[in-house]
Amino acid sequence: MNSNVLISVSLVYVAFLFLVAFGADKWARAGRGAWLRSPIVYTLSLSIYCTAWTFYGAVGYAARSGLEFVTIYLGPTLVMVGWWWILRKLVRIGRAQRITSVADLISSRYGKSNLLGVIVTTLAVVGTTPYIALQLQSVTLSLAVFSAEDSGTGLVTSDAPATALWVAAGLAVFTVMFGTRNLDVNERHHGVVTAIAVEAVVKLVALLAVGIFVVWGLSGGAANVARMIDASPIAEWQLDGGRWAALTFLSAAAFLTLPRMFQVLVVENVDENQLATASWAFPLYLFLMSLFVVPIAVVGLARLPEGSNPDLFVLTLPLAEGHNGLAMLAFLGGFSSATSMVIVAAIALSTMVSNHIVMPLWLSFRQGGASVSGDVRNIVLIARRVSIGVVLAFGYLYYRFSGGGEALAAIGLISFVGIVQVLPAMLGGLFWRGATRVGAAAGLIAGFAIWAYALFLPSFGTALFAPEMMATGPWGIGWLRPQAFFGIEGMAPVVHALVWSLVINSALFFTFSLVSFPTPLERLQGAQFVNVFEHSKARRGWASGVAEAEDLLIMAQRIMGGAQAQALFRAQAAAQGKSGYLPDTTPEFLERLERELSGSVGAATAHAMVGQIAGGAAVSVKDLMAVADETQQMLEYSSQLEAKSEELSRTARQLQEANEKLTQLSIQKDAFLSQISHELRTPMTSIRAFSEILRDGAVDGPAQHHYASIIEDEAIRLTRLLDDLLDLAVLEAGQVTLNVQSATLGAVLDRAVAAARSATDGRPLDIRRDRAREDVTLETDTDRLSQVFINIIANARKYCDAAKPRLTIWVSKQESGLVIDFIDNGAGIPADAEAMIFEKFSRLTDQQKAGGAGLGLAISREIMNKLGGTIAYLPGQGGAAFRVTLPLAAG
Amino acid sequence: MAKRVVIVEDEPNIIEAINFILSRDGWDVTVHANGETAVDAVRAVRPDAILLDVMLPGRSGYDILKELRADPDFAALPVLMLTARGQKKDREMADALGVTRFMTKPFSNAELLAVLGEITAGA
Amino acid sequence: MVGPREPIFLGRETYRRRRLIDAMRLVPMAGALLFLLPLLGSGTAPRSTALGGFYLFVVWFGLIFFAFVLVRALARAPGGVGSDPLEPETGATAEDDKTGGGPAPGPR
Repeated sequence: MNSNVLISVSLVYVAFLFLVAFGADKWARAGRGAWLRSPIVYTLSLSIYCTAWTFYGAVGYAARSGLEFVTIYLGPTLVMVGWWWILRKLVRIGRAQRITSVADLISSRYGKSNLLGVIVTTLAVVGTTPYIALQLQSVTLSLAVFSAEDSGTGLVTSDAPATALWVAAGLAVFTVMFGTRNLDVNERHHGVVTAIAVEAVVKLVALLAVGIFVVWGLSGGAANVARMIDASPIAEWQLDGGRWAALTFLSAAAFLTLPRMFQVLVVENVDENQLATASWAFPLYLFLMSLFVVPIAVVGLARLPEGSNPDLFVLTLPLAEGHNGLAMLAFLGGFSSATSMVIVAAIALSTMVSNHIVMPLWLSFRQGGASVSGDVRNIVLIARRVSIGVVLAFGYLYYRFSGGGEALAAIGLISFVGIVQVLPAMLGGLFWRGATRVGAAAGLIAGFAIWAYALFLPSFGTALFAPEMMATGPWGIGWLRPQAFFGIEGMAPVVHALVWSLVINSALFFTFSLVSFPTPLERLQGAQFVNVFEHSKARRGWASGVAEAEDLLIMAQRIMGGAQAQALFRAQAAAQGKSGYLPDTTPEFLERLERELSGSVGAATAHAMVGQIAGGAAVSVKDLMAVADETQQMLEYSSQLEAKSEELSRTARQLQEANEKLTQLSIQKDAFLSQISHELRTPMTSIRAFSEILRDGAVDGPAQHHYASIIEDEAIRLTRLLDDLLDLAVLEAGQVTLNVQSATLGAVLDRAVAAARSATDGRPLDIRRDRAREDVTLETDTDRLSQVFINIIANARKYCDAAKPRLTIWVSKQESGLVIDFIDNGAGIPADAEAMIFEKFSRLTDQQKAGGAGLGLAISREIMNKLGGTIAYLPGQGGAAFRVTLPLAAG
Repeated sequence: MAKRVVIVEDEPNIIEAINFILSRDGWDVTVHANGETAVDAVRAVRPDAILLDVMLPGRSGYDILKELRADPDFAALPVLMLTARGQKKDREMADALGVTRFMTKPFSNAELLAVLGEITAGA
Repeated sequence: MVGPREPIFLGRETYRRRRLIDAMRLVPMAGALLFLLPLLGSGTAPRSTALGGFYLFVVWFGLIFFAFVLVRALARAPGGVGSDPLEPETGATAEDDKTGGGPAPGPR
């Protein structure tokens, strides 16, 4: 087959993947990508577990060791079907704590310790780099298979390093493009995940196609294959119990701890339904991926010439049979396996490297500078991109200098053993509140060291560890032999390293956790992780908002002291143009608060505490208070300060209430102004319209007169309105001085009745009085009192709708004082309107009928207040009834 | 045939003024002062335009506008709304309900005629 | 006030769900046991790769099938597939094992 065709098809496939990733990103941003979050896409994205090592290598493994290859798939199967045990909790924590990587998980659990972050990141980079190299090797090897067929006429020559370099560079470009597009807090990459899901399908289809071809195309069915197995070199199942159990456990543990698996399992997870579906669907995927492995191995061993590389049977079998199309599909499957693993691994590692190594360094270099959020954002993006390049460059260099070949092929399991060192700290952190940072660090460092010494470094061959040293131990210390600790021999090196590293790792982890004492933040995080189901909901959407600022204030008071905290909050609120103590939780405010708090508790703690409240992470206030209390003790705040702060927070609440009242008043003021506008503009409208008509000179004498008198009426109405308004303003402002005179009630009523009758509007009114009862001498502002009476009487003239309007004025002395009732024989005021008749501008009927602006009763009420009396509407009197009460002492 | 206009307004003096101005310009004017029955009046007259006050006894001009716009017959009827309150939110409210034009009192007679002519130009 | 009938009904639902979850927790343990079972008889007679493979794949598929059935059953329950009736919906704090003696507020 022409390798130029192969290159073209690969390039088209890569271009297609770019399109898929680009489209998915676009869809996700447009909010239309519901299917992007479907459980199937999630399940398929998990398939990055099946790298080129498993795509090609499983067949090779089976050809060499029979059924043992399935252990690599059985472990993840058990983890997935057992999702309720660990994965469900891991995913929930990842969500609640906004975990970005496995390093972040460990760091976050143990009090946001950056030391742990750095250790895990280092471990991950060291463990993953050879694995990336392995993928590059598989791509170059598979290309070489085709170019060998091609006898070197095509573009692909035997220059494998150049191919690997191109592949690495291409992958770097893809990963940078789609892995660092946005700096989303939850670190999801829809484009990448979708492209990987597509690759997962290609992988599966390719392997199934080859398998079906081998079983039914070459061997004539399953029964024949079974016979071939029995006749093959691997007919006998050489079951090594230790390896079998250890590898199953190892693959299960690695499935949880591999950075790339954590990325797709936890970080890219959108909801728990995805996990539930994947719990059976992903094992099914693995099942299908391994179904034809043994048949392919057996048929390959039987049909291909002696000495063929079994790692490439998947490719060479179809090629040997002349099925170039199938071989091409198989090549794309292997290519997909390699590239998807490298892409996700690069994203996961770059996130860790930039978050736990580059950013802390960068931040410490530019101490004190005012941090601009956009600035930091750019740095993070650049750090990510550079990290991706560096990770892939490491992979390439490792491939280049390890020289490929056998050493690299064994690296898969070695890499697994390295990364599972995270397991004790991870599971301990998930299920045991007593786990501490010191314990985790001790276990990790010890496990890492043992792995490097017993497995990783010896894998480089004799270049690093001389054969004598391997045989007799360093400096002749026998019990330190890298592959036989304490003289216990006979274990396979991988099992040996796995057992010892994890045993010592776990032992140190537990011992140091037991003897050390966690910091408050560690304990808080410990509770958050272990009890995550009590703190968080299954789906996103925790309530936040108003409570935030208040919670922050309470916490800040505990730490900084009441007065200082309140001053800070009030100043910040004022800066935002708000009154009161609760500013909006803007980034600026949070940053400022963090800075203030870090003066007391240190930057990391301050950041964590503010983040817990404002970041929306579901932490209970009680937990926070526990931490705050401890801090408070450390700072030895006195109990008086505590009392004082409570007093101040009470004051703060009172001020807040006052503020609310003012807001209410402001709303009322707006309504009032709106009314005034209406009252002024209405007469002006008539005045303007008729003035223009008169100016035009188009009307004759009588009309002219009529229009002029309308103008006059409206002008009077305006004047009266202004008078009333001014009167009311003076009364309400309390600036009025009472002109106290002595007069009998009868005389005041006489004056009021006369004045009210003289008014032009309204109907004649029959007024009934009992003069004997009115013979009471008053010491009050009689002018103002008569103003109130005039108002009531005028209202009766205007509004009483009886055929013969009648008003009864009835005076009586009661305990409450001197009572004057005005009762007419009209329909009265509807019950639902009683409450508002004393409000400004409340008119119950047509405006014109009322004449006034609706301020009369409002003014009357103000006057009665000033006189020390009251005016009220008296329901149930058969008509409209007003009761004016005067204090007897004043009479 | 003269174009018909319904004035929904409760201030007698304003009614008289507008009635005079529009009649002089050749309009067939119907006056309606009650908010509650205004829609019925419009249905009966089927005018070419309406002058609608906002603050009416019984029912607000907004409610009337809303009901008119809900009726397919009057969905496109030119409605000129007049208000004396003249606040921004009043205008926004009227716009939201689909008013054709919105004027704040007081206005000049010429302006009123011009606007009314404008909104009925297509009819 | 809740009628007397409802709690009994809810109790049944909750009980069913708890048992489903128990079953789900059991699946991986059964799987581990079955996958390790071949180790028990090792040593004497040589085993066949074909038969061993057949056994492993049957067990494997069985696990997948049970996991599938259980997830389907759980998804039908109110509260979604991931909810556990023993866990509070939200908010409540854990008082169970506050190790290290959470000190009371105030000076030491």
